[in-house]
Amino acid sequence: MVLPYHLRNLAGVGAEVRLEVAAPVTVRRVLDELEERYPMLRGTIREYGTGQRRAFLRFFACEEDLSHESMDAELPAPVAEGKEPLLVIGAIAGG
Amino acid sequence: MSKVRVLVGTKKGAFVLTSDGKRKDWKVSGPHFAGWEIYHMKGSPVNPERLYASQTSGWFGQVVQRSDDGGESWAPVGNKFAYDGVPGTHQWYDGTPHPWEFKRVWHLEPSLTDAEGVYAGIEDAALFHSADGGANWTELSGLREHGTGPKWQPGAGGMCLHTIILDPSDAQRIYIAISAAGAFRSDDGGKSWKPINKGLVSDMMPEPTGEVGHCVHHVAMHPARPQTLFMQKHWDVMRSDDAGDHWREVSGNLPTDFGFAIDVHAHEPETIYVVPIESDSLHFPMDGKLRVYRSRTGGNEWEALGKGLPERDCYVNVLRDAMAVDRLEECGVYFGTTGGQVYVSPDGGDCWTAIAEHLPGVLSVEVQTLGDSGQ
Repeated sequence: MVLPYHLRNLAGVGAEVRLEVAAPVTVRRVLDELEERYPMLRGTIREYGTGQRRAFLRFFACEEDLSHESMDAELPAPVAEGKEPLLVIGAIAGG
Repeated sequence: MSKVRVLVGTKKGAFVLTSDGKRKDWKVSGPHFAGWEIYHMKGSPVNPERLYASQTSGWFGQVVQRSDDGGESWAPVGNKFAYDGVPGTHQWYDGTPHPWEFKRVWHLEPSLTDAEGVYAGIEDAALFHSADGGANWTELSGLREHGTGPKWQPGAGGMCLHTIILDPSDAQRIYIAISAAGAFRSDDGGKSWKPINKGLVSDMMPEPTGEVGHCVHHVAMHPARPQTLFMQKHWDVMRSDDAGDHWREVSGNLPTDFGFAIDVHAHEPETIYVVPIESDSLHFPMDGKLRVYRSRTGGNEWEALGKGLPERDCYVNVLRDAMAVDRLEECGVYFGTTGGQVYVSPDGGDCWTAIAEHLPGVLSVEVQTLGDSGQ
């Protein structure tokens, strides 16, 4: 998966993070694995308490906006196969 | 050899400024956590190498960072601030009920006696404590639940718990302040709380002398006089000599008594500093001249201090947590501005010099005095 610049710095990772996730591969399971490996990311993509995506972030993969899909929906096959990344993208804003 | 370490939180990262006891030549380190808002940084009085920083972002939420080597390296610690139980509602800007929602940490206050203990003041207003160096946080919910919580209302900056003062003479006594609820005191280590706002008058409130609802901007205390508190309210500079039970106005001859920051000289408990700004509608210095005002009489009689500060065309602000003092023999006074300047006066306010002039807008300034003189 690909994280925004500030989360890469927080986790101390590069542009792309490769995760081993057992099928079915869903946003929830990818994020669970990500947070397990990088606990400093807990609360930065999903809100504590509700577990929902933070308001200024969106999820994309294979040129599709998955932000409003269920977190338990299966991700496209190329993502599950490690050929395409799941993108976490922050809202573009100035300041 | 004594030295000072100035911890500067800005809108785009943290900076650590260091100098020897002369406070003439400075080394600037940073930005740490570049691009994030750093609401506050503070060092432990027990272990001055232990620092905490509140790192926050509208995109990514809250991170708390800790350093155990004086800011050379940092690591994230716990960032889960879960209210105790169902937090209920407070008043929204329009007076309607609004659910309590965690937004960010405004202030981190390390324990005076325990290197692992630290308090956090958050928005929406609540007080949290960690006993393990920030790894886990527990709400001291007696504050939020003591009864007036549903009447609290956010100030323009949010409903923030921004001031935490620990009484060095009484481990059970804690003072906090919330904008816009007022000041509160606990005499049992944070279990139970009472509002301490008698004497405050806020004309914009439906009940100007109400028990709560006052927009307290900041409170300061000298550690040798823990019964005496100084407050910069939205309007009015106030003083209490009975641990906040009663307040009286000491604005005296200030040209305007609106402001955010207030602090006390390290060695003179009756010498206090404020930075008056034009008004609630105009958050910048009067006449474009940046001036600190000092009272050597605990209020009422104030003198303008401007030597070395901008004489004209200055329209910055000094936020509530952006003023601090060191504890060297000749007390240094520091403040940061929304324009990114950090100023020091190594002589108690007589003369000022810019340590840094082009940082991002300064949100907070804290000072550690290291070496011979201790923290």
